[in-house]
Amino acid sequence: MLGSLNYSLQANSLSCIRDDRVLFEDLSFTVNAGHVLLLEGKNGSGKTSLLRILCGFREPDAGDLSWCSDALSDSSYYSDLAYVGHLEGVKKELTVYENLKVALALGQAGNYSITEALTRVNLEDFDDMLVGALSAGQKRRLSLARLLMTKNVLWILDEPFTSLDRQGITLIETLMSEHCAQGGMIVLTSHQDLSLQGVNVQRVMLS
Amino acid sequence: MSLSTAFFAIIKRDLVLALRRRSEVANPLLFFILVITLFPLGIGAQPHLLQSIAPGIIWVSALLAAMLSLDSLFRSDFDDGSLEQILLSAHPASLLVLAKVIAHWLVTGFPLLIVAPLLAVFLGMPTSSLGVLLLTLLLGTPVLSLIGAIGVALTVGLRRGGMILSLLVLPLYVPVLIFASNAVEMAGAGLPIQAQLNILISFLIMAVFLAPWPTAAALKMSIN
Repeated sequence: MLGSLNYSLQANSLSCIRDDRVLFEDLSFTVNAGHVLLLEGKNGSGKTSLLRILCGFREPDAGDLSWCSDALSDSSYYSDLAYVGHLEGVKKELTVYENLKVALALGQAGNYSITEALTRVNLEDFDDMLVGALSAGQKRRLSLARLLMTKNVLWILDEPFTSLDRQGITLIETLMSEHCAQGGMIVLTSHQDLSLQGVNVQRVMLS
Repeated sequence: MSLSTAFFAIIKRDLVLALRRRSEVANPLLFFILVITLFPLGIGAQPHLLQSIAPGIIWVSALLAAMLSLDSLFRSDFDDGSLEQILLSAHPASLLVLAKVIAHWLVTGFPLLIVAPLLAVFLGMPTSSLGVLLLTLLLGTPVLSLIGAIGVALTVGLRRGGMILSLLVLPLYVPVLIFASNAVEMAGAGLPIQAQLNILISFLIMAVFLAPWPTAAALKMSIN
């Protein structure tokens, strides 16, 4: 369990302008513990920009965000957050195990040990292999293993199902349901249909 | 994990990466050696001239080698998304950036110190000033890495940032160059060099404490 269940992420009338083009404006939502927020929209509708705003990489052009009803900078937000973006964030010259060790050093130890997390994403036989030798789908599973072994409440996932096979997609969906059942929350973008059992999925359409 | 674990994990990671990408270590060092060995060939049989400009040659080459190596500081982390993960860490980004700069200096700056005495003898520098040359390199090259880090952090998001990078950092390198090569020259003439060394030490202290903050801030802007 992730402690008390009163985590919440609130966005109040966010807007994002890129190159004089309004991607979205007056966007408000609340994500509570155990919930999933699925962002939908065409390519270029600002899904990734919104995720990067949630990660603090970008400032929203208007509006604000709060974590457990505190401003992001005053809260434990950045230690409660894990992000998997388009880029895997792993070094291809390091082995699978070395990559996860660095990730662990940067974060806090979570429910799973490195070996357990690798077993969970079916990479247990690859721990001493260089990441450069892994396939795209395996790399993706490796970056998702990072989510399991560090302690975090909010997962921000940008197209997590890219280059995964059907088995991999089912696996990630199971992991996501488990995370929510433990009181975690997830914000993700996906073009795929989600099938999460017993999880409250909110949908936000960006257009 | 604690901050010190993260700090040393980053240093260790970057050293292992450098070991697996050896050209990154070899390039600046090779450049340093090549430039210095070309000077005697270009100047010809004038040992006295060579001897008197040796401190300048070595320091200018060290400075250019440091600048050549700068781009590798954040480039690969920026390209593969590791930089995002480092900046998302709950630990202060400025200290993690400092760890990266230290690892980078160990890989690109420290080897210069090892070959410099050999090259100095090759240029006919008096042995009495070898110690001072090493000392100025030891104090000065970390300053070059730390100041350079600010410039790279600002330009890593640009596709062709090389030219802007040199324009940004070269003026800031000049004071180090002046005081360091002057100290070596004075030492060769048997004059006191305490003042120059004190200034270099103060540069180093200021750079260690002040450079990581703007570097971290600039990186946050670059990954935007």
